[in-house]
Parts: sequence; structure tokens; C-alpha cells
Amino acid sequence: MLRIGKLPISTFAFLIIIFPWVAHQIPGIEHYTDVMVFAGIYSLITIGLSLLMGYAGQISVGHAAFYGIGAYVSGILTARYGLNPWICMLAGISVAGAVALIVGAPCLKLKGHYLAMATLAFGIIIFIVFNEEAEWTGGPDGMSGIPGLSIFGFDFDSVEKYFYLVWGFVFAAFVFSVNIIQSGAGRALRAIHSSETAANAMGVNVSGYKVLVFVYSAVLASLAGSLYAHYLNFINPATFDLFFSIKLLIMIALGGMHNLWGAVIGAGIITFLNYEWLHYFEEFEVIVYGAILLVVVIFFPDGLAGIPDMLKKRLGKH
Amino acid sequence: MNDTSNENILEVDKVVMAFGGLMALFKPDFSVQRGIIKAIIGPNGAGKTTLFNVITGFFSPTEGTVRFKGQPISSLKTHEIADRGISRTFQTIELFGNMSVLENVMLGCHTRVRASFMAAGFCLPGARRKEKEIQERAMKILRFIGLADKCNDPADSLPLGEQKILEIGRALASEPELVCLDEPAAGLNETETHVASSLIKAINAKGVTVLLVEHDMKVVMNVSDEIVVLNYGQKIAEGPPKEIRNNPKVIEAYLGGDT
Repeated sequence: MLRIGKLPISTFAFLIIIFPWVAHQIPGIEHYTDVMVFAGIYSLITIGLSLLMGYAGQISVGHAAFYGIGAYVSGILTARYGLNPWICMLAGISVAGAVALIVGAPCLKLKGHYLAMATLAFGIIIFIVFNEEAEWTGGPDGMSGIPGLSIFGFDFDSVEKYFYLVWGFVFAAFVFSVNIIQSGAGRALRAIHSSETAANAMGVNVSGYKVLVFVYSAVLASLAGSLYAHYLNFINPATFDLFFSIKLLIMIALGGMHNLWGAVIGAGIITFLNYEWLHYFEEFEVIVYGAILLVVVIFFPDGLAGIPDMLKKRLGKH
Repeated sequence: MNDTSNENILEVDKVVMAFGGLMALFKPDFSVQRGIIKAIIGPNGAGKTTLFNVITGFFSPTEGTVRFKGQPISSLKTHEIADRGISRTFQTIELFGNMSVLENVMLGCHTRVRASFMAAGFCLPGARRKEKEIQERAMKILRFIGLADKCNDPADSLPLGEQKILEIGRALASEPELVCLDEPAAGLNETETHVASSLIKAINAKGVTVLLVEHDMKVVMNVSDEIVVLNYGQKIAEGPPKEIRNNPKVIEAYLGGDT
């Protein structure tokens, strides 16, 4: 099983800390810090998804909706009612968690891919709500005037400051998730993935765990949504469509869903493709994503994070 | 009743299990005394595995009740029954193939040492201590079943015989009072069968009551104190091995009416 040690985590933290400085030194990539803010926001979602899909084996095709719920709860409560953004963030988390419980509980009692179906439908419904409830959400034009974040008079008003804020959250979520994976709870999740029958017989509350991890992943997605809203100060429904849910799946498939590193690596690469490297393809962008998914599934079923292990096995055989 | 040796740990009371029009079980009645090894035998399709599935909560019976230590358990969920102290193995192996041998047994401890999601996530000291405790306990069980040296191998890399033994080990990890073994010797060669038989006896010697479904009559006659015979979902005989061996009804069920 994959142990995630302290050394790689601290190395990772170090690289993140020096990133803005390094990016600033190299001409032409100064704006990469800005891209990395989005990579961090997406990582928050993919970390939760990795736990849900890679470890517990449950598929969600609707995480854009939880991301959107976080963004809109934060957006509406701060811009329209002037509430404290941090409280709104908590409100978003509570709403997303409660909704996940309502959507997840009935279908996670069943075996099979009912969650995928339910989340697919749920994602579409929420997308329609964002578009149609224009009084609240501003409709397809989106809503602006969402304030930035500050704490005790310290404003996260520059890209660098926001970068550290977002990656601080990513780091916390990552460590929290690693701890879960390496505990009895993580063992139970992997057992569920492998054999629900046996897990049940060994006393694991299978549906309980599935719901718990689904709610956890929804909470992380909502947190990411709030961070997104306060960073851009503007949101519109197009950000939270079905294609974004699918992009999230491509992220964890590319990175490797059986490994939390994969969640961060996949989110990082797809973010850079999305914001930087794929402009050239314009409308054909989608085809590139399709090709990536195809290559990964056929040649690296364990994703990029699984390559070291794959090589080790290959070399070990000779 | 201070004398626990005569207490019935499990009572199967007129259980009916119907799948549509098919009566997989029709009112078999028997009880299992604490501390014994009881075998359930019968021809294919007699309802043995169905009975196990009813006892462990995978099916809830159409009629009748199952009582464990005097308490009805038929309405409980599978994991709740496991919590109460009934553990099982499966006819078709249901190991966690993607996990190591040690982790499989550690998962078996799930009911006894529970770590909450939050405590684990924040890595509270209690959660870490529990993990250590579980690991030590699992290693102890692996030494008992003779798989300690393979603790880090993936479970699905073991040969069939050892996989069956590992399933028994995992079932023991929850410190059950009753363990239900579904064909532990199926598919095993003679040496492996011998190992499995001695393991069943060793488990029993530790005070665990054993309920056994098995087709290998040598194993059944060798290990069991009492036997229940099922045919077409009904009990046709019950008693010590010697009696069962000579029971005409049993011979008829196995060999057909004309003999």
C-alpha cells in the first residue's frame, strides 16, 4: 500500500513556498503563480475525488455542482447581504455537505454505479438552477461584486498572497486526507472498493462510509468554490457545467486516482493545459482532453503517479 | 445460568427464506451450543449457504428468527451482526485482493478498535496508538495461522490454500464468539485440507464456537461435535457424526432413493 511519508510532503511544501519567487525570476512565466492559484483550487476538489473514487471506488460526475454551490453561497451571501466571507464559506460547506448527504444517502445504499447516475442528473439540475434563478445568481451573465478575502485586517489582495492562502488549504486537506488513508478508516474505504460483501461481514458500515467520504469530497469542492469566487470576484454558471465535472475526472485519471499525489499532479497539469498550453487548439481542445484520457487509460491505468511503481515492477521482473 | 457450557449461542428458529416461489430454507430448527464445532451438511442446493447468509444478515428471512446469545438478530444489518460477535468466511474467496495480507487481518479488527474519520484526519494521538494496537493484534493472528512471513504480500498473490486460511484469520481478527466457515476445505489439496482441519480445531480450542459448512466428509467427521443435515431447505437429521453416518434418511438424500 502507498505510504506517503513526511519527506515528500515537506519537499512538496517547500517547492510550493518558493514557487512564486522562482516564477518571478524567469521572464515569460511570471503569471504562472496566477495559474497555480487555480491549480490549487482544483487540487482541493481532486483530493476529495481521489478519496471518493480511487479509494472508495464511487464515481461522481457532478462535483462541478458542489464547487458551484460553494461559489454561489459565498457570492450571494457576501455580495448581496454583506456577510463575513469566512462565515459564508462555512455556510457553503454546510449546504454542500447537506446536499451531498441528501443525494448520496439513498444511492450509496445500493451496490453499483447509481451514484454516477444520480450525480450526473444532480449536476445538470444545479447548472440549470444557476442559470435560471437570475434574481439570486444573476443568471447566465453571472454575478460580480464579490469581495476579496481578508483576515484580522490582513488582505489577500495580491496574487502571491492568495496563492499562499489557497495552497495552505490544499496542504491542510492533503495532510488530513493522507491521515485518513493511513488509518483504519482508509483501510475500510479500500476494503469497500475491493469487496463490499466482505467489508460488510467484517463489520464495516459500508453505506455509512460511502456517504461519509462523499460528503467529505463535496465539502472540499465547496471550499474550492468559495476560494474561486473570492479570487475572481465574479462567477457565472458556465464555470460549473458538466464539462468541468468531466475535466475533474480527467485530472484524477491523468494523475492517478489510487494515489493522492496523483490528484495534485493531475490538477496541476490539466490547469496549465487549460489556461496556458492548449489555446493553440481553440475549439479542438476537447479532442486533446479525449486523447489524454485515452492514452492514460490504455497505457498508464494508474496514472502518472503510478508510473514509478509500474517501472519498478517491470524492472523487477527482469 | 452461570454454566455457560450448556448455553445455546445460536438458535435458528423455523426460518423460512423464499426467493419468489423458491423455498431455499423451509423451517429448519436447530441450535448451537457455546464452544462446540457444528457442521451443516447436505447435497448441493440444500440451502446451506443461504442459511449462512441469513445468520450473518445478508438476507433477512421471510419468516422465523435467528437468535444470537438469546437476542433476535434477524432484523439487524450485516455489519451490526458482525459487531455483536459473529464472523464469517466465504465459499468463493472474498479477500481484499488489493491489500496486503497484514491489512486484510487488520481490517478484521475493524469492529473492535474503531478509529473515527475526524480523529484519523487530525491524526490524534489516540488514533495512532490504536493503529499500532491493531497491527500487533493482526501479527499475532498471522503467527497463529502461520502466515506471518507473508504479511506484506498482496493477498491475491497467495496460493488458494493460503487464501482460505487468510480468510479464516481475518474472521478471527474481530474476536468473534461464533465463526461461520463456508467450505473452508473446498478446492484444497490433501495437505492443505489437513492444515485447515487442524486450524479449525485450534480455533475451537481457543473457545470460539464454530459453525461449518463443508462438503469434504473427512473434514466434517474429523472435526465436528455435531452435525445438522439439510435437504431442500429442511432439516432431515441432527446429531453426533457417528449417528449421522448411519442415518438412512441422510444416506438417501446423498445417494438417491433407490439404494
